[in-house]
Amino acid sequence: MPKPDPRPESIALLERLVAALAARGIVSEEEIAAKRAATERASPQIGARMVARAWIDPAFRALLLADGSRAASLFGADMRGQPPLGVLEDRPGLHHLVVCTLCSCYPRAVLGYPPAWYKSQAYRARAVRDPRRVLAEWGTVLPPDVQVRVVDSTAEYRWMVLPLRPAGTEGWEEAQLASLITAETLVGVRLPQPGPALPA
Amino acid sequence: MTPRFAPGQRVRVRPVWPEALGRLHLRTPHYLRGQAGVIERCLGRFPNPEDLAFRRPAAERDLYHVLFDQRAIWPEAAPGDTLLVEIFEHWLEAADAQA
Amino acid sequence: MAQSEPPPPYHHDLGGAARFRCTPIEPDDPPLSDFDRRVDALRALLRQKGLITTDEQRLAIESLPPEAYDGLTYYEKWLRAIVAVLLARGVIGWEDLA
Repeated sequence: MPKPDPRPESIALLERLVAALAARGIVSEEEIAAKRAATERASPQIGARMVARAWIDPAFRALLLADGSRAASLFGADMRGQPPLGVLEDRPGLHHLVVCTLCSCYPRAVLGYPPAWYKSQAYRARAVRDPRRVLAEWGTVLPPDVQVRVVDSTAEYRWMVLPLRPAGTEGWEEAQLASLITAETLVGVRLPQPGPALPA
Repeated sequence: MTPRFAPGQRVRVRPVWPEALGRLHLRTPHYLRGQAGVIERCLGRFPNPEDLAFRRPAAERDLYHVLFDQRAIWPEAAPGDTLLVEIFEHWLEAADAQA
Repeated sequence: MAQSEPPPPYHHDLGGAARFRCTPIEPDDPPLSDFDRRVDALRALLRQKGLITTDEQRLAIESLPPEAYDGLTYYEKWLRAIVAVLLARGVIGWEDLA
């Protein structure tokens, strides 16, 4: 497996590249810092809030499924120049799992940086062929009568899952519901689980 | 322009392996070549990434979400499990053309 | 092409690759390094400025030798791809990087 730390020569190459681009007036350090800050405003909290809203607001749910990009922009995601966002709805008996076997396509505008496991070669290779064992590695065991639908994100869209609202969350407020949602539930490796503590 | 295929229609991913021709940019995974599936929905028209990757003029092509039975692809798959994949029109043919 | 065996997948085309059948997936997600975040931001800026497209970047990553594809970190591959595209477009020259 690749080491998580970049090699010194890669760091040196990046700095020479940035210096060359800066010398030509193409990119400045200030622009890089600003772009980095803007990128880091995207996080799974955006996707989580969208799902929680969809669970309590049927009109928003309809919009989310019909035009994910517009729904995301209503939650502050910057969709300009971004690939279209598609949202796939889990139903009783149907569970979606998203992977990109060719690279690592990921709905970054609403989930932020892709996690290391999503980018790993093992996940990319196995999710399409052995999804139930992959799910089991996250402790997600689905009964045989639930169809696992693996979504290989090969081309133009970025896909996010709208999971089923878990039982036991009746009467929860939107923020409480959003707290159940993580990047893992929006990709489909985990199901949202209400914690052992009952909400106030 | 009307897409060539409609939701519900049976299609097949063309059984071709252009990898043999050299370094190309292909967005149809190798494991799906020759596999039969069903059009789930039309996803719109997009410039062909096979051209964009080389900065060639890229004509727009229809893109589809195609649903496959996992078991037809991987014999060890659980019955009923499926795969949903974005595939451009030029990679698809009507499945009844060659049963 | 019909009568002979299909050629193997490109190295990056990993769907179903048998060599990973028994490789567990590490479920953790360590934080990105400063290098990672800088490369990510630089790529986003260059794309915004029309100097690289997603598909050019993808092709450049796919064109890495298998040892580099397997051995480099995710953002090291991005950096190599950015450099390859900018060199090919003539935005920079190799003398800038030597």
